[in-house]
Amino acid sequence: MKFNIFRSHDDRGSGDPTQTPRMGGHVLPAARSDGPDGPTADAVEPTDATAGPALQPRPAEPLGPIKIRARDVSVHYGDKQALHDVSVDIPDKTVTAFIGPSGCGKSTFLRCLNRMNDTIPSARVTGRIEMDGQDVNSKSVDPVLLRAQVGMVFQKPNPFPKSIYENVAYGPRIHGLTTSKADLDGVVEKSLRRAGLWDEVADRLHSPGTGLSGGQQQRLVIARAIAVEPEVILMDEPCSALDPIATAKIEELIDELREQYCIVIVTHSMAQAARVSQRTAFFHMGRLVETGNTEEIFTNPRERRTLDYITGRFG
Amino acid sequence: MSALLFLLPIVLAVAAFVAGRAVAHRRFDGVRPHSRPSQHAALAAIWVAVPALVVVLAAALFGGQVERGLLEADQPAAVVALDDIRRDAFYADVHRVAGGETPLQTWEAPLSADLQSQAVRAGQLDSIRLVGALAAALLAAAIGGLFAFSRIRPDLRARNRVEGWVVGVLLACAAVAVLTTVGIVASLLIDATRFFERVPVQEFLLGTQWSPQTAIRADQVGSTGAFGALPLFAGTFLIMLIAMAVAAPVGLMSAIYLSEYAGPTTRAIVKPVLEILAGVPTVVYGFFAALTVGPAFRAFFNGIGAQLIGGPLDGLGQYLMLVQNQMALVAGGVMGIMLIPFVSSLSDDIINAVPQSLRDGSYAMGATKSETVGRVLMPAALPGVAGALLLAVSRAVGETMIVTMAAGLAARLTLNPLDTVTTVTVQIVTLLTGDQEFDSAKTLSAFGLGLTLFLATLVLNIVAQRIVQTYRQQYD
Ligand SMILES: Nc1ncnc2c1ncn2[C@@H]1O[C@H](COP(=O)(O)OP(=O)(O)O)[C@@H](O)[C@H]1O
Ligand SMILES: [Mg+2]
Repeated sequence: MKFNIFRSHDDRGSGDPTQTPRMGGHVLPAARSDGPDGPTADAVEPTDATAGPALQPRPAEPLGPIKIRARDVSVHYGDKQALHDVSVDIPDKTVTAFIGPSGCGKSTFLRCLNRMNDTIPSARVTGRIEMDGQDVNSKSVDPVLLRAQVGMVFQKPNPFPKSIYENVAYGPRIHGLTTSKADLDGVVEKSLRRAGLWDEVADRLHSPGTGLSGGQQQRLVIARAIAVEPEVILMDEPCSALDPIATAKIEELIDELREQYCIVIVTHSMAQAARVSQRTAFFHMGRLVETGNTEEIFTNPRERRTLDYITGRFG
Repeated sequence: MSALLFLLPIVLAVAAFVAGRAVAHRRFDGVRPHSRPSQHAALAAIWVAVPALVVVLAAALFGGQVERGLLEADQPAAVVALDDIRRDAFYADVHRVAGGETPLQTWEAPLSADLQSQAVRAGQLDSIRLVGALAAALLAAAIGGLFAFSRIRPDLRARNRVEGWVVGVLLACAAVAVLTTVGIVASLLIDATRFFERVPVQEFLLGTQWSPQTAIRADQVGSTGAFGALPLFAGTFLIMLIAMAVAAPVGLMSAIYLSEYAGPTTRAIVKPVLEILAGVPTVVYGFFAALTVGPAFRAFFNGIGAQLIGGPLDGLGQYLMLVQNQMALVAGGVMGIMLIPFVSSLSDDIINAVPQSLRDGSYAMGATKSETVGRVLMPAALPGVAGALLLAVSRAVGETMIVTMAAGLAARLTLNPLDTVTTVTVQIVTLLTGDQEFDSAKTLSAFGLGLTLFLATLVLNIVAQRIVQTYRQQYD
């Protein structure tokens, strides 16, 4: 697949990525100790003065403040280390794409963000992950409440074997978010509308959610996730089981949701990452190789491995 | 000696295989045959072994009868004079003597000589039979071999023929199981029909009196017998209900614990233990019920009764004092314990079949473990669990040993768990054990009960299997 946003190898100027050694390739305000609400848009911009000549104009749209800040996150499954010292900042009101070959630890890292790794007995997470300055792994954080704050959408649509209505009402019910039936009806309708599914299912709210098409199921799952008013939505290859038309709908939806949420999406499709995300992080062999603005990553990656991956030379 | 005859087809088959392969190799020299030589050889071996086997089998099955027919065609006068039973015993001894053993009985003067002479004849007939069978088997094998070897040509589709034979043999084995079942059902149906000729179906199904003892003399009391099986159905139902009240919640919850909560170590210990429990013979549960649980329950209720007597609940006290070792509660409770591993391991499979993605989805919504179990897993697994419970019901209805030992024999139409009740299976056991006339209504009523039981469990099993199957397909 060819992207018109690519530049050819030659017109990249003197900044040969393979000759600018850089720790892990990613640019972080690592040493800076901002307060929990200190970091703003400028914090995520590559500030490295050694980056050579300016490569591309910055994206026009401003990024939100840092929502999630991960430092030296490592994950072991039993004896096997799946993730090595990942440090990354994820801004709010932004779509951040995780790309990289299969098995490189994208899902593993995503599951750290809402502590889903807690449900895997062999998994052990070290390092620090802050959400709004609060350590998500600290004893005082209840994973149940954290997960209400961080919605998750999986690769395969997984609606519960209940009606469409009950699927969306699931979160509000278990968290006691609504006080009356009318209230709940309102939340269900609002969530389905925001997920762009209302018009298709309004007349069959009480038929089973499993009876919908794959794309509709995935939007139902998104509606289920946003019904509890989360702040972050994690999506693990949300379109890999869908056809192109359903994929386009989900991408459109992701773009709309960006205005309100911090969205992290794992994807195998370079084109999708380029279309929906503003920030991109490239993982390889359990390490974060490079992170930056999507446009930059795709036009002018700093690391050789990134270039190889996005041009389809491996993976 | 005649057992060695069965080796003959095998030996012949091996020989035919070796020879067949050699012949095939020779005849296929330079041409490309349809089938490989070893396939031709296998076909030749089949054609040699099968006729020989048929002859040997026939000799084994009918040879004895023919021999006895010949032997008895020419009986000494003294033997003719014997009654049937004695004559059978005489011939049994003849065969013993012919086989070199000592006779079981001492036979008086003319018979002792007859015994010797007949034994000599029997010995002769025996060897004639053996040699005859051997010759016939060899002849059959030779004819089959001649036919098979003459057909070893490059264009013979030997491979397909051999496959056909293999399919035939496998089918025959499968048919044995099916036909046996059909035979059992047929005999059940025939005898049940004979019973329903004497006792009308509606009287059997709806009658409330069960006393199958028919009198031997017409002037005895209760000479007619009553065959209203409703009390038996009620007893069976009551015990099943009690058993399920124990097995369903405990089994289900232990399954939930094992599949959702237990760590790998606990699981590795508890699962095998449950499987061992599932293998304990029911008779062991039976005497546990009859000798341990029954007396304990009786002592408990009698103790309560003793407290109540004389008080405001005097009537209840009087009743509790009369409670016996054998009661529905004991049989049902112990049966429930027996069914726990069964329910638990079936439900465990079913809960495990619920896709992990549903659990993940629920946990990712911030649900706790018990919310996930109660709101997602159980609804998802419900159809399958219902099927598992129906299978358990079917086992409870058909269970015999525990109820025979712990439920009692009194056919009472009651739903009181402290009463002695009796079940369909217990009555079948009591009706058919001991010496029975085979065509009295009493004995035949066992077949009526058996047929009812068979139909009930059949329907339960079919429905349960259907449910479990559609459930499995849902998540494939
Ligand atoms: N539950 C698990 N138990 C053991 N190893 C796991 C588990 N989940 C993932 N892994 C391993 O961790 C590595 C990263 O996996 P994952 O995060 O799923 O990769 P990705 O999503 O990038 O394809 C892989 O090598 C995988 O085998
Ligand atoms: Mg993955």
